[in-house]
Amino acid sequence: MALDEIKIGGMGASRRRVEDNRFIRGKGNYVDDIVLPGMLHMEILRSNVAHARIKSIDTSAAWEIPGVRLVLTGEMMAARNLAWMPTLSYDTQAVLATDKVRFQGQEVAAVIADDPYIAKDACSKIVVEYEQLPAVVNPFEAQDPSAPLIRDDKENQPTNKIFDWEIGDKERTDQAFAEADVVSKIDLHYPRSHPSPLEPCGSIADYDRATGKLTVFMTSQAPHIVRAAVAMVAELPEHQIRIVSPDLGGGFGNKVPIYPGYVISILASILTERPVKWIEDKTGNLISTGFGRDVYLRGELALRKDGRILGMRMHTVSDHGAFFADAQPTKFKIGLMHSTFACYEVPAAHLTSEGYYTTKAPGGVAYRCSFRVTEAMFFQERMMHAAANDLGMDQAEFRRLNLVKDDMFPYRTAFGFLTDSGQYGKCLDIGLEAIGYSTFKQEQEEARKRGKLLGIGISTMTEPLGAGNSREYDIIGIKMFDSAELRVHMTGKAILRTGAKTQGQGHETTWAQIVAHELGIPAEDIVVEEGDTDTAPFGMGTYASRSTPVAGAAVAMVARKIRAKARKIAAHLLEVSEEDIEWELGRFYVRGNQERGVTIQDCALAAYSNVPDGLEPGLENNAYYDPPNLTWPFAAYICKVEVDAETGVWDVLKFVAVDDCGVRINPMIVEGQIMGGLTEAYAMANMQYITFDEEGNCIGSNYMDYLLPTAWETPGFELHEVVTPCPHHPIGAKGVGECATVGGPAAFVNAVMNAIEHTGVRNVDMPMMPNRVYEALQTGEDVSGMPPMKVE
Amino acid sequence: MYPSRFSYESPKTVQEAISLLDRSGGEAKILAGGQSLIPMLKLRFASPEMLVDINGIPGLDYLRVDPDGTLRIGALCRHEDLEFSTTLANTHPTLAAAADLVADPIVRTRGTFVGSVCHADPQGDWAATMVALGGKIVAQGPQGRREIDVRDFVLGPFANALAYNEIAVEAVIPGAKGTARGGYLKLERRVGDFATASVAVALDMAGATVSHAGCALAGVGGRTIDANEAISVLQGKPLTAENIEAAAEAVAAVAEPRTDHRGSADYKRHIVKTFVTRLLTNIAKSEQKAA
Repeated sequence: MALDEIKIGGMGASRRRVEDNRFIRGKGNYVDDIVLPGMLHMEILRSNVAHARIKSIDTSAAWEIPGVRLVLTGEMMAARNLAWMPTLSYDTQAVLATDKVRFQGQEVAAVIADDPYIAKDACSKIVVEYEQLPAVVNPFEAQDPSAPLIRDDKENQPTNKIFDWEIGDKERTDQAFAEADVVSKIDLHYPRSHPSPLEPCGSIADYDRATGKLTVFMTSQAPHIVRAAVAMVAELPEHQIRIVSPDLGGGFGNKVPIYPGYVISILASILTERPVKWIEDKTGNLISTGFGRDVYLRGELALRKDGRILGMRMHTVSDHGAFFADAQPTKFKIGLMHSTFACYEVPAAHLTSEGYYTTKAPGGVAYRCSFRVTEAMFFQERMMHAAANDLGMDQAEFRRLNLVKDDMFPYRTAFGFLTDSGQYGKCLDIGLEAIGYSTFKQEQEEARKRGKLLGIGISTMTEPLGAGNSREYDIIGIKMFDSAELRVHMTGKAILRTGAKTQGQGHETTWAQIVAHELGIPAEDIVVEEGDTDTAPFGMGTYASRSTPVAGAAVAMVARKIRAKARKIAAHLLEVSEEDIEWELGRFYVRGNQERGVTIQDCALAAYSNVPDGLEPGLENNAYYDPPNLTWPFAAYICKVEVDAETGVWDVLKFVAVDDCGVRINPMIVEGQIMGGLTEAYAMANMQYITFDEEGNCIGSNYMDYLLPTAWETPGFELHEVVTPCPHHPIGAKGVGECATVGGPAAFVNAVMNAIEHTGVRNVDMPMMPNRVYEALQTGEDVSGMPPMKVE
Repeated sequence: MYPSRFSYESPKTVQEAISLLDRSGGEAKILAGGQSLIPMLKLRFASPEMLVDINGIPGLDYLRVDPDGTLRIGALCRHEDLEFSTTLANTHPTLAAAADLVADPIVRTRGTFVGSVCHADPQGDWAATMVALGGKIVAQGPQGRREIDVRDFVLGPFANALAYNEIAVEAVIPGAKGTARGGYLKLERRVGDFATASVAVALDMAGATVSHAGCALAGVGGRTIDANEAISVLQGKPLTAENIEAAAEAVAAVAEPRTDHRGSADYKRHIVKTFVTRLLTNIAKSEQKAA
């Protein structure tokens, strides 16, 4: 009898997360939980000014504090050729500043001491003399000919511009605009935000001079990339480097890059011959590590009177901070921004991008999104909203008219992506029905008569996940495939390792479900391990919603290799030829005689005790999976709000999410991902940003200024589901981790705009704080969020 | 986040705590709820040599009303004790309205009313309600006890009138003469956020007439703003729309807001006016219902 897949915790089972057994008991094992014998503690001294020449650093008083073992400065790093390190975008970043500091919070010196209190005390004794230089806090200031040159350390860098980049067909797009009946424009700022995982970054470097082995426990979403980078930069032999990423307290893209703290702790361990632990504090995490967004998005749509889109132009101006340290595929300077409008029929499109240095923290990481996809989709849905209004068309009708239809797949987008499946119109309709769209306009008018401002906002989008196929996607030259290794023990239990790295996604639960689905081994009999480069197969890690599309596919593929070998063993045990063997979940049987069969567990035992002649013993294998294409989940998010006209405060009355992420492995985890993503979307739309005053002081450097929403103010979300399996993924999954963060913000913003745009206002930049909404209502004019922030 | 070195004492009596403070010569801090002090220690904004933890002193956690209607709040009475009080809404509605807007539910389980007033944060909710209600702080030191009017107690941002060897052991808040009416409104982007603006209003009503009006503001100045004089335009008058408008104008005029990332000075002043209007209008409506 075939097994009941749900009962064994296979595909579709809302199995409880096995990792939670330790997390809810406080038994997780995070970097800061690890204590090594003789371990020292490191604290970093950060710059308190944004832009300044370092005249001198006096560390003598710090050395005098009992318990201080080492004080490191940029000069000492430079003596070992480690003052600068390469970034993931082919730039360089200061490890410890030597010539200048270029952002507030930059690493200037480090103290290594017997305990973290002493290290902190000693840091406060270091005297740094700065000669202050003007700060540059947005990319428009950076372009000013009178702006100071931020990267005077680089050759061939005469200005603050990092890159110009473009994609698409300019000529055809110009033609489309020439033929347009209506041209609609929008001008937006997607403010700087921060992934702010609960656990900040940290590392324990342990260099053993006797064996020559360097072990680094660290907070990394991509430990194998770190090993490769350390091997190349520090010129240590790769087999002598072990990177271990233990339990992670969230990542959201923040833990992809390599940070100065990691590098300093490694050198400190080499110099002191002791393990050295560095744990960043929350402020350090917010002001110095990978931020997200900070892009100015401008564009226009060429439209026909009947509502069809003829062409799209987009221009982005991005602020990368002091070092170009974006984590993104090499080919694409502004990530996958050109995935914008992928769900709509757009005959011609052209995107131009400029990137600039400013005196702000470096980063530009994909904060819970697949490389700038969040900005791309926010632009798209704000642009669609403005265009529908300019045409005088209904928001839903305008979208439905232009969405790619179900029978048009595979569909080549104007920028060359290939979307492969979806039921866009169906998702939109389910959402409209759930929010009560058909009666909303009447409701809105009646409410307005009573002095109440109601609004509805729609955001529909498909986004590219699962980078990626190795033809187009690499990071620092390493192709973006992924891997899995499966060992089935003789009692039918198994261990699975992958090149991904869970950080809250629940891989330990869902990977076992894929194996259960492929082999019929109950999920509870499978342990999943990730993050140790000495044991896990090579992989590119977890970000950009790539785990399920890439590593998850590798899990299915390796399980299928195991099943193929088990089939040979089954044929041997059943004394029939392999061709006469049939498979049902958990069991092989003889064709025509379903009673006569062996279980996968029988085969596992035989693999170690009764192997047919000519077959290798054992039941283990690995798989490297190079996806043929990206995956394209779709979502329709619809939000209904009420705005308080007297204060500008807005409340969400209802939020409906319709997600089509293909086949769902664990529906409960999928729903958790969507709710978490919508919460982050709500935060960005409502309250959350990092900004700067004109001196380059970071406003948003702590959790009193950089707000994370709590359960108190987060609205409820109503979730709906549509399933269109991915045609090229082994189990039909598309990935879901980031859909809601990507598509969510525009739904909130469009809803608030819908409530207030009768005053003539076209845009209020995020976060739509009460004071901004109130200002827009009073003036009928757009409200920009561009720094510098005015502070009296 | 590692604080500077400090010693820790856990006295069992107020007298013992006072003598520890006395001997420290001004280098000690009282630890009650710790919801502001502990973060300040971690950020090294405060680096006292000694912490005197009063949580082990019995008998300081009371919240009680004297026969004459005076409310007495002990030094270890937590925010949530006020939040969950079943009688406070009748005797002191301003405090009851503020109680569930103080910080967030987690902070409220631990933080103390008296500690919050002592902290003298310009954004502090309790200090504003105290000013509106004419409250006093009882300080106890080596020379005995003294009562300090809250307006003399809060000297400026994070500065109070306690001598280094005194402990604030109690807050005393008079009862209403007549019917107590009042409310508290706060604009914040998230629970626990510093207020963009808050308004405390406390009225004593004699029938439809305001016999006494109190008001104070938080978040719109470098200290708690005393708006008692401004709102006194209501004294002896009924809560008509016209009178409410005049009071709201007068209160908004004494706010001293600054432009920052929570909004412009003008916006914050507008919020003050809006909140005063809403609070008074709500009271007027409930009076009408009652009548």
